[in-house]
Amino acid sequence: MKKHNVYVCRCEDVTLDELYYWIHRGFTTFEGLKRQLRIGMGPCQGQICGEVIRRELANFLKKHPADVKTHTIRPLIMGVPLEAIAKAGDQDES
Amino acid sequence: MIKHEELIIIGGGPAGLSAAKSALEADLNVLLIERYVRLGGQLIKQTHKFFGSKNQKAKMRGFNIATLLIDGLKDAPGHLTVLTEATVVGMYDERIVTVWHDATYKKYQADAIIVATGASEKFLAFENNDLPGIYGAGGVQTLMNLNGVLPGTDIIMVGSGNIGLIVAYQLMQAGARVTSVLEAAPRIGGYAVHASKLRRLGVSIKTRTTIKRAIGENKVEACEIVSLDDQWNIIEGTEETINTDAICIAVGLSPMHQLLSMAGAKTSYISELGGLVPCVDENNQTSIDGVFVSGDASGIEEASSAMVEGRFTGLIAAKKLGHVTKGFDKDINECRDQLFNLRRGPCGLKIREGIRKLREVNDHA
Repeated sequence: MKKHNVYVCRCEDVTLDELYYWIHRGFTTFEGLKRQLRIGMGPCQGQICGEVIRRELANFLKKHPADVKTHTIRPLIMGVPLEAIAKAGDQDES
Repeated sequence: MIKHEELIIIGGGPAGLSAAKSALEADLNVLLIERYVRLGGQLIKQTHKFFGSKNQKAKMRGFNIATLLIDGLKDAPGHLTVLTEATVVGMYDERIVTVWHDATYKKYQADAIIVATGASEKFLAFENNDLPGIYGAGGVQTLMNLNGVLPGTDIIMVGSGNIGLIVAYQLMQAGARVTSVLEAAPRIGGYAVHASKLRRLGVSIKTRTTIKRAIGENKVEACEIVSLDDQWNIIEGTEETINTDAICIAVGLSPMHQLLSMAGAKTSYISELGGLVPCVDENNQTSIDGVFVSGDASGIEEASSAMVEGRFTGLIAAKKLGHVTKGFDKDINECRDQLFNLRRGPCGLKIREGIRKLREVNDHA
């Protein structure tokens, strides 16, 4: 399979090729790969790509997918304008 | 300012609506938060009739079930507030949630929360999988059944679970041609009755077959399919090219666990349940006190199970808040019996195995 046109993360346009470039350099955790490739940092926040990358890591590490940890989920699950958050904060103070 | 609520239900699909009904009947005040413009979840795009028993609204079309569930909330004694086009974006300790709604960032704290966020579609890695013309099956249902737009004229469906089979049939009903349904496993995933309906229309269902690559310049023009051996490896030399203008991916769903995960609820990866799911007790309560889950968010099943789970969880949450309904034990037992029946037989094998594994994880904790 040609890997350069296989997208594993559609939000950040990351291909299988790019994923393996970093995997072969020792980045074999989702969090490590995220810092190189921004996987899981787009609109889906890892909900879509998480499972695709879990499978690739499981294959590479010869582990069961259940034993591969994916990303840590942090708030917020979608983009919210800072202005709106700041306004809500002002109300808390008043 | 943090607004206090008695019960917050996140998600207005079959599970959330059913939970709202039983909580309202127990005289609870409920805030129901839905991300879409209207309530009903995936039911609103289901044009087919449901199976099962009358208890789960069998023989009704999905969108009519949605209307029935929504209308059912009107005369209950409790007070209901519905937010639509509202997304719960954060969930924190003490059952605090933040909501993006009406261009405002809002904060709520609840005595109990039911997470009924449903599921998202799984995606497949193959060559040129970014070409326009490649859709998720749920996306196709939205496009076709809600917006009246066909995704293409000659369609390849990847995946033969119930969603793949039903959407393929609906595409044929809508006037498109489904040339093949591909299934990587040796057997068709969904109900035989759906598969037979497709076959009668001349759709070929190819087992042990997968998509190798999409072909096209600026959009999908063809796709290359290939046979798989018993170990799911590609058999070289079996490639075949089929002309197509839309590829529809129906390879399963992932539970939407994000809110629970960020709040620190314990989760476990159980492939039979669709992936990462919250560890729940026999009352559908997560590891966080007062936070419950029901429907696909707790493991992928059918809408019928989601409705029963919702009703069950609504009753349990009401009891937790001191609103024990008349006939509580009878109602709870009825729900348990219905879930048992829905999960019986060969079609329920996967879900039974998943629930067994989840219980094992809980017992070891």
